[in-house]
Amino acid sequence: MAKSNKPIFWGLFAAGGTVTAFVTPALVLVTLFAAMKFSPDMFTYENIHAFAAHWLGKLIIFGVILLSLWHAAHRLRVTLHDFGVRADGAVAVIVYAIAGLGTLMTLVYLLRI
Amino acid sequence: MSNKPYVREVSKTTWFLNPQQPRYKRYMAREVTCIFIGAYTFLLIVALKRLAEGPDAFQGFLNALHSPLGVLFNLAALVAAVYHSTSWFNVTPQAMPIQRGEEFVPGNIIVGAHYAVWAVVSLIILILGI
Repeated sequence: MAKSNKPIFWGLFAAGGTVTAFVTPALVLVTLFAAMKFSPDMFTYENIHAFAAHWLGKLIIFGVILLSLWHAAHRLRVTLHDFGVRADGAVAVIVYAIAGLGTLMTLVYLLRI
Repeated sequence: MSNKPYVREVSKTTWFLNPQQPRYKRYMAREVTCIFIGAYTFLLIVALKRLAEGPDAFQGFLNALHSPLGVLFNLAALVAAVYHSTSWFNVTPQAMPIQRGEEFVPGNIIVGAHYAVWAVVSLIILILGI
């Protein structure tokens, strides 16, 4: 049987699509409120740091960011084809490289907290 | 019989603007949400970087976020994220049909369950974040 890496990327896309569907609207609402400065005691350094300092918080943050990135990367690859970009090989390398870089950055920053 | 059949020219880049096929635009709107999901995730990564650098750096991040561009980006991301969620949940009966014995679980129950979990998860995030 021919080997293909499609199931890996598609699996990440599907898992990421589900996770972002559940969490991203509420996350955006929180950062939107922070951007609008609704209240001084929300999205504070102390609260976010306490969450990210705990191993479970780290795991949740890493999982959400990893899956969001790989979901977006795979969907962007398909969408660029729909917009007429036919260089799928190059597109795949670029979008997955960006997702990989983001994943690595997340890991490094989390370990520094 | 013509040996040169008529082939309608379809643009590779603007095919989804076809006025007779509004579902093409809905499809592309759904797909384009990934740009906002991806960009927003990188905003979270920047927040994480500033968080790791300490309270002053994180305050700097919040100050930068508190700008017309910051609000506008979050608003756009909110619209895209909600469109992603609804379009994702609405096709769950097709994406993962659940069979109980001979019968399939009705689609509206599967979709409804996803919306219920979405509401609970959103509430938890809002309580934790606010």
